[in-house]
Amino acid sequence: MIKLKLFYFFLFITLIISPTKAKEPSKLINEIVNEASKILSSKDPVESKIIKLNNIAETSVDIDGISMYVLGKYRKNLSEDQKIKYKKLFKSYFLKSFSSRLVDYSDPKINVISEKKINDKYTIVNTILEETSKNPEIKIDWRIYTKNPERPLIRDLIVEGLSLARTQKEEFKSILQNNEENIEFLFKSLEEFIIK
Amino acid sequence: MKKILKLFIISAIFHILTSNVFAGSDGTIEINSKSNNHNAEVKDCFESINRGIFAFNQGLDKIFFKPVAKGYRHLPKPLRSGTSNALNNLSSVVTIPNNILQGQFKDAGINILRFSINSTLGIAGVFDVASYYGINKLDKEDYGQTLGTWGVKEGCYFVLPVLGPTTVRDTLGSLANFGGGDAWYNVTIANDTKYFENSDYYYSRLTAGVDFRAKNLEAFDSLEKTSMDLYASVRSLYLQDRKRKILNSSETTETMNDDDWEEIDTQ
Repeated sequence: MIKLKLFYFFLFITLIISPTKAKEPSKLINEIVNEASKILSSKDPVESKIIKLNNIAETSVDIDGISMYVLGKYRKNLSEDQKIKYKKLFKSYFLKSFSSRLVDYSDPKINVISEKKINDKYTIVNTILEETSKNPEIKIDWRIYTKNPERPLIRDLIVEGLSLARTQKEEFKSILQNNEENIEFLFKSLEEFIIK
Repeated sequence: MKKILKLFIISAIFHILTSNVFAGSDGTIEINSKSNNHNAEVKDCFESINRGIFAFNQGLDKIFFKPVAKGYRHLPKPLRSGTSNALNNLSSVVTIPNNILQGQFKDAGINILRFSINSTLGIAGVFDVASYYGINKLDKEDYGQTLGTWGVKEGCYFVLPVLGPTTVRDTLGSLANFGGGDAWYNVTIANDTKYFENSDYYYSRLTAGVDFRAKNLEAFDSLEKTSMDLYASVRSLYLQDRKRKILNSSETTETMNDDDWEEIDTQ
């Protein structure tokens, strides 16, 4: 009993005195890029690569935040049940879309160039995807959500000035506008994409 | 009739070159403005017709542009780079007057210098000698962008057969090329010079289209694979791209309004 008390006491002290470590957004991008590069250049089967890439995305991308952003004004009309269903569907959709975009690259070389803090919540990290025999050099900016500095999360990729989140938002808006603004049609489209 | 057909073909090729995306609800799309944080709305006129034309353009891409671009990729890299350099050099004759019209006199000077060096020492622009001397390439400019910087609004968004996505403003801008605004068009087609044939202009534009498509094969494939509504994605990308080019900014913070993100709180 005394041992248990001592254990909790030390745990409490450790939590109090341990300094909170803020993670630099550019460091986050460097880590992710290196990890993804290792996975993509490995000789693992595609399925295994996809699982590993999805693990990276789940820990370093704010999938819930993006899901709400891309829904635009329609997020305000969702019931709690619809919200739960939508978040689940969006996560599956996002991970499938994310891994299928990346898996075609064999060994992408991305270099962090600079970072710019916009406010306490956001930092933009500027990177360059090196030129290959197939593709020209591509500028990629990462919008990092830094409200919790210990756990920065990616919220958007801006490729040559074109925001992927904004594009997604306008795609969802178009689907809803063309289907009587009925959220069930969006759910159906997401389900069809996931099982495709 | 022949002349109209010619103009149509030229305009088609020109559009393919000036669009970063090649083909695109009675809906509106919100794009942020730099000067204020209000959202400007671009109306998609005749969306159902636009979607039909977009599908036609997609078919055309599948049977012509994509296979040709794939073949082009098999050419040796120095040959592709040389072609790309020469076409870039040629585009300076549209960029320079637009630099001046937009008040970018320093950029106009740099582009004139680059054009002079590359056209001579770089053997008709095949070698980018100017970059070797530290005079680096700047962004291209066109008459649509100039109209944008003068405050002309986009007007309707629509999709043209072969030409792809455009707006009323960008179409008006394209027409300026055929009214004397493009020196390359003037010396090949508009004026009967002994040095160039009409076909030189058509070949150069077609090659530029294929070069652009070849550079973006994977990007387009990826977009196609991951879009649930490809038409809407292409429309969004086209309008974002034009907005960014008109702002002449590479700063993400200047082209993206943060208000959209502010209310999303997950931490």
